[in-house]
Amino acid sequence: MKDMATAPLLDIRDLHVHFPVGGQFLSRNKRTLHAVAGVNLSLAEGECLSIVGESGCGKSTTALAVMGLQEPTSGDILFEGGSIIGADAPDRMARARIAQMVFQDPYASLNPRQTVWRSLAAPLRLHGTTAKSEIEDRIADILQKVDLRPEHAARYPHEFSGGQRQRIGIARALILNPRILMLDEPVSALDVSVRAQIINLLLDLQEELSLSFVMISHDLGVVEHMSDRVAVMYFGQIVELGPWSAIFANPTHPYTRKLIATIPDPDTVLHPDRKVTAHAAPEPPEGYRFHPETVGRPDVYAAPEPSELVEIEPGHFIRAQRR
Amino acid sequence: MTPLLELKGLHVGIPARRGNVDIVTDVGFSILEGEAFGLVGESGSGKSLTALSLIRLLKKPLKVTAGQILFKGEDLRALSDREMRKLRGARIAMIFQEPMTALNPLKTVGRQIAEMFVLHQGKSWAEAERLAIGALADVQVPAPEERVRAYPFQMSGGMRQRVMIAIALACDPDLLIADEPTTALDVTVQDEVLKLIAQLCSARGTAVLLISHDLGVIANMCQRVGVMYSGRLVEERDTYDIFADPQHPYTKGLLGALPRLGSRHGEGGRQRLVDIDSLITDKASLLQEFYHEPRHKIRDPRVRAGGAA
Repeated sequence: MKDMATAPLLDIRDLHVHFPVGGQFLSRNKRTLHAVAGVNLSLAEGECLSIVGESGCGKSTTALAVMGLQEPTSGDILFEGGSIIGADAPDRMARARIAQMVFQDPYASLNPRQTVWRSLAAPLRLHGTTAKSEIEDRIADILQKVDLRPEHAARYPHEFSGGQRQRIGIARALILNPRILMLDEPVSALDVSVRAQIINLLLDLQEELSLSFVMISHDLGVVEHMSDRVAVMYFGQIVELGPWSAIFANPTHPYTRKLIATIPDPDTVLHPDRKVTAHAAPEPPEGYRFHPETVGRPDVYAAPEPSELVEIEPGHFIRAQRR
Repeated sequence: MTPLLELKGLHVGIPARRGNVDIVTDVGFSILEGEAFGLVGESGSGKSLTALSLIRLLKKPLKVTAGQILFKGEDLRALSDREMRKLRGARIAMIFQEPMTALNPLKTVGRQIAEMFVLHQGKSWAEAERLAIGALADVQVPAPEERVRAYPFQMSGGMRQRVMIAIALACDPDLLIADEPTTALDVTVQDEVLKLIAQLCSARGTAVLLISHDLGVIANMCQRVGVMYSGRLVEERDTYDIFADPQHPYTKGLLGALPRLGSRHGEGGRQRLVDIDSLITDKASLLQEFYHEPRHKIRDPRVRAGGAA
């Protein structure tokens, strides 16, 4: 575990993102969807923080807010202590060097009409690297880091396999030397064998370039393998947050337990007793009840009821309501 | 006991004058009545082609080039197209991966379920629509009397897949082929849909051929598993045995490449995932014993054709 005493690299404070939905054009009876309803998260240097949850729980919206692609309704996002949203936000050029994103589908996220070289050179030129030799060197270097060969730069995306394309996606994200990589389902479109290669590559790169990762995933096997800390999101709120070992060995919130229990795990064939549901459901902390207590479909248009994150062991939080 | 379905030496490929180019090579397995059999493999391993060839839905120029497909002892390859149409949907049904593209967007779901009763059981439309409500109730769609009038776009992904299951099981088939039935769904919805398939099929004694790339899904659903790699069935055994003691190097690689819950060891000492490709190129000679070629060699189909001829 990393030293938590130092200031976090990235600090998300009480982030809210609301979307107006429904109603006729210009009508007044629009409802508000609380996509992200009060998220507090911090990312330490060199850490891999995973956000897990089902589609629609707000995990991607949170990531987009960090990238500056989604204006938050309220809240603040700090990078090394300075706000990166609102009036005193750095410009887009500076932001691009803070965080870059790796997308889920490497078939859709690369421009089919541009060679890999052009996709990689454009950000460098924009950021002031103009000497051709310098660009050449940088591209050769980054391709070698993701286990591709320099001559691959002359090719178009369709000439690559899915795994190679995801390597290009990672190279594109790394070309400006960002501090943080936002990984949005980085391996879920890939086959098992290729998935293993990309996971190994990401972990190697994290160590080699001392990167910090925010990973969004619904594949808990991948999350357990890669993360230092895990945040479980449910309808716009974090319901459980803790070190990976605590989340997987001691899942406490009913939603986390349900999520882990529904993962089709091949090992249940061998060890049926190890399934999380085999353990008795833990009690909520003294004086509290879990929030939400039952896992159903809450009203996404209503503002969530007041609740808080309660620390049940060092660094391990669950969402609960005071009785 | 004679198996419900028996494949013997199935080859699927493109017929050509100078020898066929086979994509599925010499696949053979059998499924007993009421049994759930899983086919697992990566994209391009030939698992879907194997399933499509069973019900004669291969697209040209692909064809079954050799082998036998015995269903209740009868060779399906000998049937006429007309006989095959009667069998398909009634005795062998199929669920596809993407319920939005598999359902007709212009017809209500009730109509699409009712079609099955009209076409295969000769029921009147009024009778069939009444049966459709029951079929929707069986797949646990809430308020089935109202949902029969819904169009596919008005339903969520999980609900659409339930409708697909209702259509597939409408005529009580002997065999259900489910090709990646839950890949497009969220994990909690996936869990519900898989449980529903398992529950309905075991209650009706329907055998299942489940195709998936997800070893976890296969492990939880099937009694026996076949592992496919580059068009061949490389290992076929009881589910427990295959996970406890995989024999074929590819199966071992596949299990090692999977980040499994509880497989990451301790702080700092993170276990590296197995890279199947490196395993295969390194151990090319070992793989030869299992009728294997390293992956980079099989990319070019002509190489395979030469080897097979």
